[in-house]
Amino acid sequence: MDMLKVSVWRGAALGGYRTYEVPRQESQSVLDVVTYIQRNIDPTLSYRFACRVGMCGACAMTVNGVARWTCRTHVAKVAKGNAIQIAPLANLPVVKDLVADMSEFFDKWARARGQFVPCATRKDAFAQVASDSPGRVAANAGIECIGCGVCYASCDVVSWNADYLGPAALNRAWTLVNDVRDGARRERLAAVAGDAGCHACHTHLSCSERCPKDIEPTAAIAGLKRAVALAAWKGEL
Amino acid sequence: MSSTGQGYAAPPLAAPGAGAKSETWLWIAQRASAALLALCVVVHLITIIYAVRHGLSGEAILARTRGNAVGLAFYTLYVLAIAVHAPIGLRTLCQEWLGWRSASLNWFTAALALALFAFGLRAGWAVFSG
Repeated sequence: MDMLKVSVWRGAALGGYRTYEVPRQESQSVLDVVTYIQRNIDPTLSYRFACRVGMCGACAMTVNGVARWTCRTHVAKVAKGNAIQIAPLANLPVVKDLVADMSEFFDKWARARGQFVPCATRKDAFAQVASDSPGRVAANAGIECIGCGVCYASCDVVSWNADYLGPAALNRAWTLVNDVRDGARRERLAAVAGDAGCHACHTHLSCSERCPKDIEPTAAIAGLKRAVALAAWKGEL
Repeated sequence: MSSTGQGYAAPPLAAPGAGAKSETWLWIAQRASAALLALCVVVHLITIIYAVRHGLSGEAILARTRGNAVGLAFYTLYVLAIAVHAPIGLRTLCQEWLGWRSASLNWFTAALALALFAFGLRAGWAVFSG
């Protein structure tokens, strides 16, 4: 039987790679490999997953240097010969082994005012949003984000500036800026401006390239840059 | 998060980005100066290539630039665009690559902008007044 040589990060920030031998199988996902190690070789290995079918985003890890959903990544697609290296997501603190601490990632969604702020009351009629209206189309482009952190781990600007809000939070902000029902546009634009916000993006496009949902946070960030610049021009920032 | 809610502090909701206004205006200034530079660099390169290909001597070039108000106006604009564009970009590089984020960086950026503008104007004036 073919064996895979799997190099897995063990420990927290201080740690190292440990190599395991895992039987290679047909249609084997990287998550299958990690699970095999934990169940058959080393039960102390920590990792995170839930749905196994690309819906939850919990199993995102760094595979051969690239952030991916491990459940949707076939070994055949990424193995170099019979070797794979698996590490936790980059740009986030490591809790243990393959588990990254996502709290800063989600706190940044809050800092980017990623919360919907309703401005209608129960006495108002339902908002009528045409599916082909420009705002709805722009929001649609980014609304399917499930917060897996792949874009954040792939972003060079995050690695240079720990305060940078990152592609996912800014993408979320852009969907809300385009939501006609939202009442915090001005505050949100102020929150995403500045040296930790949209203007720090260098348009490297790593987030758009690696997003498993094919969302383009770079386009959302470009939209925010335009909207913020326009707000500054009008004295509304 | 613990069941008592301890150990987790929710971030402030409405904290505006650090220097939201100033950073936005710097960004606008850099984009606007970039647009200007795109035009100026092309004109500048064409001028250089013309001068070189026609084998103009230093004296012949000076004869054309001396007292040429259009040339002086163009190079003043060019120098202004450079003095705005380059220091803002360098400031970002210093922040991201050197971790230099203190107020001293802004002074450095302003001094660089003034120096570029002054030296550029001096060069422009030199070929105008020749």
